[in-house]
Amino acid sequence: MNIFYKACALILFLNLSVADVFANKTAEQKGLEIAIEMEKRDRGWGDVSSSISMYLKNRKGAVSERSLEIKTLEIEGDGDKSLSVFHEPRDVKGTAFLSFSHALKPDQQWLFLPALKRVKRISSSNKSGPFLGSEIAFEDMASFEIEKFKYEFLREEELDGEPCYVVKFYPQYKHSGYTHQEAWIHKNEYRPEKTDFYDRKGDLLKTLRFSGYQKYLDKFWRADSFEVVNHQTGKSTQLLWKNYVFNSGLSEKDFTQNALKRAR
Amino acid sequence: MQASNRFYPSFIFTLRCLFKLFLSRWSAYLTLAIIWLFSSSLHADWDQQGNFTFENRYFTSDDTYVPSFASEPQWYWSSKAGSTELAMRLFARYDDNDDERTHADIREFLITRTSGNWEFSAGVGKVFWGVTESNHLIDIINQTDLVESADGEQKLGQPMLKITTAQSWGNLDFFVLPYFRERLFPGQENPLAGPIAFTNDDSRFESGAEEKHVDVALYYNQFISYFDIGLSYFEGTNREPKAIPTVDVNGEAILLPFYDQISQTGISVQATIEAWLLKLESIYREDSLEAFSAVTVGFEYTFYAINDGPTDLGFLVEYNYDNRARATESSLQNDVFIGARFTPNDVQNTELLLGYAHDLDYDGSHLAFIEASRRLGDRFKVIVDARLFESKAIEDPLTFIENADYFSLTLEYYY
Repeated sequence: MNIFYKACALILFLNLSVADVFANKTAEQKGLEIAIEMEKRDRGWGDVSSSISMYLKNRKGAVSERSLEIKTLEIEGDGDKSLSVFHEPRDVKGTAFLSFSHALKPDQQWLFLPALKRVKRISSSNKSGPFLGSEIAFEDMASFEIEKFKYEFLREEELDGEPCYVVKFYPQYKHSGYTHQEAWIHKNEYRPEKTDFYDRKGDLLKTLRFSGYQKYLDKFWRADSFEVVNHQTGKSTQLLWKNYVFNSGLSEKDFTQNALKRAR
Repeated sequence: MQASNRFYPSFIFTLRCLFKLFLSRWSAYLTLAIIWLFSSSLHADWDQQGNFTFENRYFTSDDTYVPSFASEPQWYWSSKAGSTELAMRLFARYDDNDDERTHADIREFLITRTSGNWEFSAGVGKVFWGVTESNHLIDIINQTDLVESADGEQKLGQPMLKITTAQSWGNLDFFVLPYFRERLFPGQENPLAGPIAFTNDDSRFESGAEEKHVDVALYYNQFISYFDIGLSYFEGTNREPKAIPTVDVNGEAILLPFYDQISQTGISVQATIEAWLLKLESIYREDSLEAFSAVTVGFEYTFYAINDGPTDLGFLVEYNYDNRARATESSLQNDVFIGARFTPNDVQNTELLLGYAHDLDYDGSHLAFIEASRRLGDRFKVIVDARLFESKAIEDPLTFIENADYFSLTLEYYY
């Protein structure tokens, strides 16, 4: 009898764990499939340039403004190349930033300091650092690559009347400031609508809302506004994208250190 | 050398001094006037920016406050397609104590034409080469504006023709430098000039062409995964003058700057691995008296996101070595530099850098500094600087400015 019970227990245990593994795998599989579809639908845009205005609000409501221009070049089979130039605040006007992003290898980044005319290669380990003192981290601005995360499908849910998948993203690259993110991805359009970020302790850190989506080149959805609220500090950042221009004929030569020095 | 100076017709020398003095002061005022006229009459196509700076320096040795005012406006124009551009940057300062520091300069007046992978520039420009922080060995194109700041980071505009090409095998820059800029030294009344000041009014050259000697330079740089590599070659007038001690018309001891002809080969390497920046710069120089080499090697390591917060803390360590026989020409012949950089990454962009340099040959020689800055509102920035020098060794050039400890408070307005 003893043996029978033990066998039953073992079978039950095995069954459960097999079911567990199976269930997890499906959630993982489904999450990955959603990410792959999202990435696939946003492929082939070539190059894009736009202006960004940022409004940084502290807990008391005081607002500080930033503005910059950003150009991005899509690289097949690797992360994108981007070149940003800051316009506001005026003391950093002309400072420019060149980034060659990669999926899991560290990004290559250079900063141009206009007063000294100096190009500095900088470490890309500061992924969780604030972008221009805002609530947006460097890693939030990085190009999306499948290998950067592991995925877990959670549920389907409506967000403001729009049908969404809710998927957990676990960062696989080094130096992320997050244990995971929870993203609401539009079920038909495969574009992110909202993301919750959980800090290294696993606590809810901030929420990013995308709004004002417009379709470009009949295919690519781009949000006009990112709004980030930090739940732990009460600070917020609104980032507005303006003047999206796709396929203006940018090429690799517009993303070199010489181009960085010429950027205005 | 003193003997030869006796034969120098002293009335011509006096005239030249007066003329140069007049020129330096009035060119500063004239530039300030042009700045105002220019900025009000420019077409809207021009992109404008710049700053006004009010600085107050306190020198501990003679317990004096020296106020000073400066302006650095910039204009930029580019053709619609962006293939032609013109960049202008002027600079002018009024200093209440040092007439030599009241000066003006065209920092940049450069027209650039870009065509495919090629870039052609002509005019007055500024170029920076190198990777290290405590010393800039390979950086040689622009002359140092030593009167502007004691750390040598400020440079004078350099007339140049430049051709650049960006290829898959790297970037190559070729320079022709048709006119030499003499180093600007602080005046005798400025504690940073030291007990025996360099004169700005009488320079000697090895080349008969004097400042019209045409210098040439070549710079190659490339990056391969973790590495950024620069190779440089320069042939022409030494930016770093040798000193000829003499007496001026009033019988006071002064130093005449002597600019010899040199050739210099340089290399810079930076490896960027995770939060480590490993840096090396080295030169080999042949001047009128000897051949020598110098090296700066070190690292910078940054602790990012301390306690999962926004703050970064970086540490720098660099070692400087220079084997020239005349040790008095370099204060970085066997010196260690350590520094700490504190960056809270706040909205006001607060930055704090602490540095300390120690001479391993002359035990009593040190240099310590603090540089702190913070933006106030959107348009202002406040900067606090302190520099403390100490030297007990007469062979160390640092001895000359041992009594020049200062604190400065600067308010900048940006537009």
